[in-house]
Amino acid sequence: MAQAVATLETAHGGGESHIGGADHSGHPPTSTGLDSRKIAMWAFLASDCMFFGSLIAMYMIYRGEAERLYQAGQGIGPLPHEILDIPYTSISAFVLLMSSLTMVLALASIQKGNVRGLRIWLGATALLGAVFLGGQFFEFTEFKHEGLGLTTNIFGSSFFTLTGFHGAHVTIGVIWLMSLLIMSLRGGVRKDQALNVEIAGLYWHFVDIVWIVIFTLVYLIPYDEISTITHEAEGALRQIGLG
Amino acid sequence: MTHGALAAADHGEHEHPSEQKYIKIAIILTIITAIEVAIYYIDWMHDSGALVPALFILSIGKFLTVIGYYMHLKFDSPLFRYMFIAALVGSLAVIGALIALLRVHTIDFGPGGFIS
Amino acid sequence: MASIAQPQVMAQPITKPATGLWSWLTTVDHKRIGIMYGVTAFLFLLLGGVEALIIRTQLARPNLDVVSAARYNELFTMHGTTMIFLALMPMSVAFFNYVMPLQIGARDVAFPRLNAYSYWIFLGGGIILNLSWFFHAAPNAGWYGYAPLTSTSWNPGRNVDFWLIGLQVLGVASMLAAFNMIVTVINMRAPGMTMMRMPIFSWTTLIVSILLVMAFPAITAALILLAFDRYAGTGFYEYAAGGDPLLWQHLFWVFGHPEVYILVLPAFGIVSEIIPVFSRKPLFGYSVMVYATCAIAFLGFGVWAHHMFTVGMGPTANAVFAGSTMLIAIPTGVKIFNWLGTMVKGSLRFTTAMLFAVGLVSQFVIGGLSGVMHASPPVDSQQNDTYFIIAHFHYVLFGGTVFGLMAGTYFWFPKITGRLLDERLGKWNFWMAFVGFNATFFPMHFVGLAGMPRRYFTYSEDSGWGPWNLFITIGAFVLATSFLVFIINVVKTLRNGEVASDDPWDAATIEWATSSPPPVYNFASIPEITHRDQLWWDKYGDHGAGSGVERKAPAPKEQVDPSSIHLPNPSYFPLVSAFGFFILALGMLIDNPVLTIGLLHLPILVPIGGLIMVVAIYAWAFEPAG
Ligand code: HEM
Ligand SMILES: [Cu+2]
Repeated sequence: MAQAVATLETAHGGGESHIGGADHSGHPPTSTGLDSRKIAMWAFLASDCMFFGSLIAMYMIYRGEAERLYQAGQGIGPLPHEILDIPYTSISAFVLLMSSLTMVLALASIQKGNVRGLRIWLGATALLGAVFLGGQFFEFTEFKHEGLGLTTNIFGSSFFTLTGFHGAHVTIGVIWLMSLLIMSLRGGVRKDQALNVEIAGLYWHFVDIVWIVIFTLVYLIPYDEISTITHEAEGALRQIGLG
Repeated sequence: MTHGALAAADHGEHEHPSEQKYIKIAIILTIITAIEVAIYYIDWMHDSGALVPALFILSIGKFLTVIGYYMHLKFDSPLFRYMFIAALVGSLAVIGALIALLRVHTIDFGPGGFIS
Repeated sequence: MASIAQPQVMAQPITKPATGLWSWLTTVDHKRIGIMYGVTAFLFLLLGGVEALIIRTQLARPNLDVVSAARYNELFTMHGTTMIFLALMPMSVAFFNYVMPLQIGARDVAFPRLNAYSYWIFLGGGIILNLSWFFHAAPNAGWYGYAPLTSTSWNPGRNVDFWLIGLQVLGVASMLAAFNMIVTVINMRAPGMTMMRMPIFSWTTLIVSILLVMAFPAITAALILLAFDRYAGTGFYEYAAGGDPLLWQHLFWVFGHPEVYILVLPAFGIVSEIIPVFSRKPLFGYSVMVYATCAIAFLGFGVWAHHMFTVGMGPTANAVFAGSTMLIAIPTGVKIFNWLGTMVKGSLRFTTAMLFAVGLVSQFVIGGLSGVMHASPPVDSQQNDTYFIIAHFHYVLFGGTVFGLMAGTYFWFPKITGRLLDERLGKWNFWMAFVGFNATFFPMHFVGLAGMPRRYFTYSEDSGWGPWNLFITIGAFVLATSFLVFIINVVKTLRNGEVASDDPWDAATIEWATSSPPPVYNFASIPEITHRDQLWWDKYGDHGAGSGVERKAPAPKEQVDPSSIHLPNPSYFPLVSAFGFFILALGMLIDNPVLTIGLLHLPILVPIGGLIMVVAIYAWAFEPAG
C-alpha cells in the first residue's frame, strides 16, 4: 500500500512542493530538483529489498530441509524436484519479462505525448501481469492436487509464502496499472504527468527483478544434488575453518 | 514535472534509451532466460558443478540489465543509484549472514547433520 | 486524480489555524500531527509506567502474590511493547514531525496527508494492542516474542495474535512516517540549506528514518511467518516440522538491534541541539557527529547476534559479532566526546532542558559501558537473561532516550505552546527523575550479577535479593512521582505559564526565527540559509554566539502576504482509511462470522475493513491536494 499511497499522494510534480510557496519566494520546488514521489518510491523499493531479502533468506535456510527430513525417515509430502515444473515456470518468467518491456514502452509513449500508445502498452502490461497471476494460480492448484499445501511440509510452507508474497506484489501492480489505464481513458494522464507512469513502472520492474531471483533460486537451482547453494556455502565455510 | 527548475534532473532523463533499444534489451533478456533453462537440461552442467555458478552469473546479468535500463538507474540521478545499491548490498549481506549462521547451526546440532 | 486532469490551484488559502475537533481529525499540518503524536505517546508512556509499577510492586518482597505468574508475563510483555512501540518511538516521531520541517525551513512535510495517515494507523495499532486486556488475552511472550513461546501449542489463546497483528499495524505506521521524513529531509530544505548546514536533529531524523525502512521489513517478514504458523498451521518456527525457532530470533534481532538505535538516536539529536545552545558554543565537531551517526546506523545492522551469544552459534559467529559490537561503541563514544567538547569553556546555563541533556550524557555512558561488557560472549554468558541486562537497557533507554525526550520537551515546549515550562518545577522534575532512575536501575546491576533472572514473577526468600528489590521498588515510585511533577508543570504552564518570546533560549537554529507558536505556514517568507547555526549567524555574525556582540539586524526580508501562501487542504480520508485498516486488523482478532470464498476463509471484518481502507485511499488520491 505504501507505494500506492506515496504516489497518489500528490497531484503535482514536485511532491507537494507548491505548499512551499515556491512561486512567491522563487526557490526551486525541491532541494534536489527531483520529484518527491519518485524518491519515496525508490525508498520503498530499497525497503522492499529487505523484505524480500528476509523471505528469500528464510527460503534458502529451509531449502533442502524437506529432503533432510526424508533422509531422517520423517519426510512427508512431495519434494521440490518431484513437483516443480520448470518448462511451465519458464513461460511465466518470460511473460513477466515481456511485461517489463511493455511497461517501458508505455512510459516511452507518454513521454512523447502518445496517449494511445500509453493505453495500449499499459493494457498489455496489466494483461501480461494477469496472465502471470493466472499461471501462478494454476501452479498452486496443481500443487494442491499433487498433495502439496501450505502446511504439508516445510518446503510447501516456504515455497507458497515466498512466491505468494511475490504474487501479492504483482496483484497490487496490476490494480495500479489498471487504475492508471482508467485514468488515462478518462483523459487524466498527459505528457507532463509521465511521472505517474514512471513510478508505477519502477514498482513493476522491481517485481520483475524479484521474480528473476526467485526463478533462479527456487526453480532452477537443483534440489536433489549436493551442489545446492547452501551446501556450497557450507563447504566454503568449512574450508576456511568457519564451519 | 514543475517547470524549468528541474533542469538538472531533466537533463539525465532525456537520455532515456529509445524504443528500439528497449526491444533489443528484451530480446537479450529472453535469450538469457532461454540459456538458463537450456543449461538446466544439460547433464554435463550438473555433473561438473558448473550449473549453479552459471545460473548465478546469468540471473545477475538479467537483474542488472533490468535495473540499469528499464528502471533507468544507469541514466537517472545518482541519488537513486546510491539508494538502491546501498539497500541491495545491505540486504545481500544480511541474507548471506543469516544463511551462514543458520546453516552452520544446523550442521552442528541437527539430528544426523548434513552431507558435506 | 482530479487535480491531474486539471491542475487547478485551490482557492481559499488557510492562514488561521482552524479550531474544533473536526479540524484536528482532518488536519494535515505537521505541527498538529506532531502534537497528536506527542500527547498520545505520553499517555501510552503513563500506561506503560503503571504496568512497570505493578511489576515492581510484585517484586518488592520475595514470594509476593500481587499478580499471578501469568498476569506477570502479560505485564512485562505489554510494558516493553508499550514503551518501545507506543511511547518512545512515537514520541521521537512527534519531534521529527514538529521540529524537523521548521528546522529545515519547510512549510510542511513532503506528503502531508500520508503524515496524518501514519498517525491514525499508529493510534489504531496502539488501541489494538491494548484492547487485548479487555479480551483477557494480553500478549505474554515478551516484547521479543521468542519462538516457541509464541507457538499455538504453548500459547493457544489470542494473546500472541494481538501482539503480532498490533506490531504489524504499528510497523506500517512507522514505515509510512519514515518514508515521509526521508523525502522531506532530502527534498524540502530551504534554499541554501545544504546537508552539511542542516541541524543535527534533522540529520538524525533522516538517519533514523533510513534505519526504520531498512530494519522493519525484517520483523514484518518474521511476523508474517509467525502469523502463518499461528493462523494456518505452518511450522516455520517448529523444529519438528523442519523449521527452526532460531530463525525467529535472528530475524527479530536483525530488526531489534537497529531498533534500539532508532530509539536512542533521536534523543542524541535532541541533546546535540540543546547542549550548544546552553553552552553558547557551536556543536564541537559537527561533521564528526554526522559521520558518527551514519557509522552507528551502518554498523547497527551488523551486530544483531550479540543478543544470541548463549544460543550456541559457535565460536566464529560469536567472535565476529563480539567484534562488531565493540566496534559500534567507538562512534558512540565519539558522540560523548563531542558533547563534552561543546561544553568545555562554554558559558553554561543549566536550565531544565540542559540538565536533562547532561543527564543523558552521563547516564548513557553507564549503559554504553555495561553494553560493552556483555559484548564479550564469556561475560555475556554470565549476564544474559539476568537483571544486569535490564539495568543495561534501561540506562540506554531511560537514561538515554527518555532523558533526551524530556530535554527536548522542556526545550521546544515554548515554541510549541508559546509558554515556558516552569523552571523551578522543572528542576524538581529532573532531580527526582535522576535520583529515582538511579535508585531503580543501578542496583539491578548488583542483583543481576548475583544471578537474579529476568522475566520471573518472584524469587525466594533465601536468594538474598529481597533488600535490593525493596530499594528498587521505592526508587521506581520516586521515578514515577517525577512524572507527576512534570504533568503538574505542564498543566500549570498551559494555564498561566510565562509567555515565551520567539527565541527564549537565544537558540541557534531557524525554528526559533518564527513566532511561538509558529503560524500554520511556518515562515512568512522562506529563510535563506547561508551558515550552519543560521540564527546565531543572523544575530551575531562573525562574533559568534558567546560574544554577546549583536550584529546589526539584517534588513528584514520582503514579507510575503500570508494569504497568498498555499497550504495543503485538510482531509478526512487518512482517518477513514486508517479506520478501515483498524477494522481489518481487528477482524483477525475478535470473533466474527467467517466468509468463505473458494478456498479462502475470511473473517467478515477483514474484507470490510480492507474495502474501507482501499476506497478511502482512492478517494484521497482523487481529492485535490490543495
Ligand atoms: C555501546 C553500545 C551498546 C552495546 C555494546 C550494547 C550491547 C548489548 C548486548 C551485547 C546485549 C545483549 C545482552 C544479552 O541479552 O545477554 C544488549 C541488550 C540490549 N540492549 Fe544494548 N548495547 C549498546 C547500546 C544500546 C542502546 C543504545 C540501546 C537502546 C537505546 C540498547 C538497548 C538494548 C536492549 C533493549 C537490550 C535487551 C534486549 C532484550 O533482551 O530484551 N543497547 N546490548
Ligand atoms: Cu543489540
